Amino acid sequence: MINTQEIQLWEVFIRPRNGLAHRHCGSLHAADAEMALQAARDVYTRRGEGLSIWVIPSAQIVASDPQDRDQMFDPADDKIYRHPSFYEIPDDVGHM
Amino acid sequence: MQKATFLALIRLADDHLILGHRLSEWCGHAPMLEEDLAMPNIALDLIGQARALYSYAGEIEAAGRDEDALAFGRIEREYQNLLICELENGDFAQTMLRQFYFASFMLLLWEQAQSSSNTTVAAIAAKAVKEAKYHRRHCGEWVIRLGDGTDESASRMQAACTVLEPYLAEFFHVDDVVLEMSENSILPDPLSLRAAWLADICEVLEVAKIAPPDLSHAHKGGRKGRHTEAMGHLLAKLQYMQRSFPNMKW
Repeated sequence: MINTQEIQLWEVFIRPRNGLAHRHCGSLHAADAEMALQAARDVYTRRGEGLSIWVIPSAQIVASDPQDRDQMFDPADDKIYRHPSFYEIPDDVGHM
Repeated sequence: MQKATFLALIRLADDHLILGHRLSEWCGHAPMLEEDLAMPNIALDLIGQARALYSYAGEIEAAGRDEDALAFGRIEREYQNLLICELENGDFAQTMLRQFYFASFMLLLWEQAQSSSNTTVAAIAAKAVKEAKYHRRHCGEWVIRLGDGTDESASRMQAACTVLEPYLAEFFHVDDVVLEMSENSILPDPLSLRAAWLADICEVLEVAKIAPPDLSHAHKGGRKGRHTEAMGHLLAKLQYMQRSFPNMKW
């Protein structure tokens, strides 16, 4: 009945509680934004997982190329001084 | 008064159980995975509402019948659901249009029933109104997309509109039970919801480019226990387990 070839893919982000960030939880097919939002609600929040939903057309996401891993991420491996592990953090600061 | 309240609750419960059962038949057969979750979600909401209504009806009747006894232990003529609820699903367009008609009607009814003089009815309504609001939205969006979609989806939605048309006026059936409920502010008179319901469905159908239904001809009988041919087949499946193994527990 529905030609799924023509139905685009959406990425779903759910915010579980106030104060937390939206997190990617999966993807789904939907014909447009409104149906994507409803499908996200029906597929990913059935057990009370969310208070807010974002849906984004998968085609709109710009992703890094896995083949660029060497140049993109390996240089960060040996920059230990970038971690804040050499500083004393006063207790009053709390979680950083 | 107790008798009328019992009957009014049974009618609503039967509408929800029978329509919920029909919708559950789509489980595993929906046109896409997303809808295969969406439809049983709605079906489970409807059956949940039916459970609350049957349980309370059983309390009022005070004859020892619980929700299972009322849902599974009656004969066909004792069910008083609207005929539209028991019709076979047809295709996806017909299923969505029926669901939209019903949700639009129930949303109006539950909104009113939230201020019922009966606190249990008001509590059931307060929970159900949120569910009905989503059912109306979801099914209404499908009606629009299919009606104003491809040539095939539009012709299927128009055909669905024609099939369901003669079953719509029964929503507004009025008899002594209905009048006693509205006079005592327990449940609204459905006739008082007719104008708002028509306005709501016509607004969606217009966007969907579907001609509005003609309500002048009506099949009736559901509220008196006179059903269509489809009902016996439905009950045979619905009641099978309790008939085969009376009082069974999961």
